[in-house]
Amino acid sequence: MAGRWLALGIALGATAAAIGCQRAPEPPVIRVASLRDVEGQVLGEMFAQLVESAGEARVERRLGLGGSGVVFAAFHAGEVDLVPQYSGTLAEELLREPSLTDFTTIRRKVEARGYEVLGPLGFNNTYGIGVKREVAERFGLRTVSDLRGQPWRGGVTPEFREAATGLGAMVSAYRLALGEVRTMEHALSYVALARGKVDFVDVYTTDATIRRRDLVVLDDPLGVFVRYEGLALARSGFAREYPRSWAALEQLVGRLSDSTMTRLNGEFEIARRSPSAIAADFLASIGTPGGAVSGPAAADEPRWLRLTLEHLALVAVSLAMALVVGLPLGWWASQHRTVAKTVLSLVGVIQTIPGIALLCFFIPVFGVGWEPAVYALAAYALLPIVQGVVTGLTQIDASLRDVAAVLGMTDRQRRRRIELPLAAPALIAGVRVAAVINVGTAALAALVGAGGYGTLIVTGLALNDWRVVMLGALPSAAMAMAIHALFAALESRTSRWR
Amino acid sequence: MIPAVGFSCVTLAYGPVPVIEDLSLTLAAGQTHCLLGPSGSGKSTLLRSMTGLSQPIRGEVMVLGRRVEAAGAAAQREANRRAGLVLQDGGLFPHLSVRDNVVLPAVLDGWSRDRIERRLTELEALVGLASELRQRYPRALSGGQRQRAALLRALFLDPALLLLDEPLSGLDPQSRTELQDEMKRLFGSLARTVVLVTHDVPEALFLADTITLLDRGRIAQHGPAETLARSPASDWARSFVRSAAPRWRRMLDLVDGERE
Repeated sequence: MAGRWLALGIALGATAAAIGCQRAPEPPVIRVASLRDVEGQVLGEMFAQLVESAGEARVERRLGLGGSGVVFAAFHAGEVDLVPQYSGTLAEELLREPSLTDFTTIRRKVEARGYEVLGPLGFNNTYGIGVKREVAERFGLRTVSDLRGQPWRGGVTPEFREAATGLGAMVSAYRLALGEVRTMEHALSYVALARGKVDFVDVYTTDATIRRRDLVVLDDPLGVFVRYEGLALARSGFAREYPRSWAALEQLVGRLSDSTMTRLNGEFEIARRSPSAIAADFLASIGTPGGAVSGPAAADEPRWLRLTLEHLALVAVSLAMALVVGLPLGWWASQHRTVAKTVLSLVGVIQTIPGIALLCFFIPVFGVGWEPAVYALAAYALLPIVQGVVTGLTQIDASLRDVAAVLGMTDRQRRRRIELPLAAPALIAGVRVAAVINVGTAALAALVGAGGYGTLIVTGLALNDWRVVMLGALPSAAMAMAIHALFAALESRTSRWR
Repeated sequence: MIPAVGFSCVTLAYGPVPVIEDLSLTLAAGQTHCLLGPSGSGKSTLLRSMTGLSQPIRGEVMVLGRRVEAAGAAAQREANRRAGLVLQDGGLFPHLSVRDNVVLPAVLDGWSRDRIERRLTELEALVGLASELRQRYPRALSGGQRQRAALLRALFLDPALLLLDEPLSGLDPQSRTELQDEMKRLFGSLARTVVLVTHDVPEALFLADTITLLDRGRIAQHGPAETLARSPASDWARSFVRSAAPRWRRMLDLVDGERE
């Protein structure tokens, strides 16, 4: 039985290695990344098509990553060459000078940091406060200052809450005394607003949902919300190495007004056209050659089978890696009480790191995509596995080891015939917990571009559509339950003697 | 004749605390010996030292003419195959069926299926274990059945030395009496060296040829069972041996009274 497990581990490990090898880049490749929001995906697709039209390099798309933190980490790791960005984000998150507003100054400072900036593209996608039209009319709300004097309840994105020029700045500048302000994704906050659970939400001003849901965006007379002007951020040396690509991208400068960007966002979010088609049509409409040489059709409708296999592969390979490390580690820990304490608290610490943080932690080492996700998941799976081995082995009655010794068993015979089967139920329970945790955590892997059911969750959040989120969440819940049942059956098979 | 077991100036300890101090003793081959004493007298530790499960910090233990080494040592593993061990709860492996438990020594020894089967049938008759119980897990056995199975396993390779550590202490009085009878018969017919640890005076007197009475790690008295019963060597030995007597006398009085 032990042999079979080992064989499975080796097989999965080899698969992981094989998949890892495929990643070896064959230059020149330009890697275009984007955030997971609608606008990011549309812009990322435009950039990709323009670069493709220049014909200098193959394009690798890393669209839909989990946040500017992930993107900057990927930049640092040399995993990304080009990404749509905003002047305000660069001032706040890259330069740590949120008070900077002037585009030229920001560009100069960012370029001094070793990046290249192309823009402005023309639109300003800043924060705004959105309320329902009927509420705005009933209470005469026109500017943010009109919110003063009533404990309005809000639903805001984590980004707006954290931003230096976000919620905090707004509350102090306008001296507001708000009611409860809850943090939630746009997919939920718009629904909460529609159902009257909250009175205001933060919006992105080029967000097509504003029109669709007929919201009123309050004016910002004090100018609290700094400008978030769209631009292209590239790694240093990009313009010199790929002059034609750079020139192609420059055709976008000044061409994307607020209303154009809002319309394009709406084509994705509301009309559900694919970002590649939207980008191609737009590029053709402004007379760039990009649209003609549209890249490989992006897989906008992810196939169920592919997502399921991706998700399963993430879980299986990470679990196999965790077993390869966790089984000997657990065995070693079970031999010495002090080692057990140290090892369990160390792997316990890993468990306390939030999933997305752990994923980012691995980006500098493994880049974006499959690998950081698999390593992060393996690290997560370690605690239950080590715990299972330690519990399984230390609960064995010491007198049984004496009997084994008097029966003249060798250490190997004792481990194989006595200790392994006696520890098996606890060990399998540990693996079961690890697998179920990993099915859930693997949904986060889409944030670093590793695919799986999380792709649908991320897409759903980007489209502000909780139904799409459910399309990803429900099958991963079902997979967790199926894996739970599988291991529970195995557990009861190995513990019939109990 | 070489004694089956010999201790010379043996000191055994758990950590810094000595459990057996400077003990010398020989046990003759082919007889039933009881190590008798209250809890904490060191009798189980002494039994464990015969298989190398506990190692003397001074002195040496000889078993069947060979110096005992640590239980893990290869030579001692071989030697231990010539010893059978039964623990208080039997010491059966809970994840193995009765059959897999009892044939394990023979499987490890590489016996053929036929030979194993023959020996199993023979021993089942000898220890009185029903063959219907073969497929059960130890959890599903009564205390008495568990001890019979453990005894069967200990006897499987026909060992020269049979070691029993309080084998009957966990049983109810009826099964206990029944098993004592069968053990007496069995030990008599096997004519093997048996070392049995017990704190029960009547049990020791009933089963043993010789008794070693232990008190806090030292020998309080050693000799034939009758000698211990008739002429205890000290006040302590007398009071220990006789501690159960008033209850037996009272019971016998009542039983005889009813008969009249």
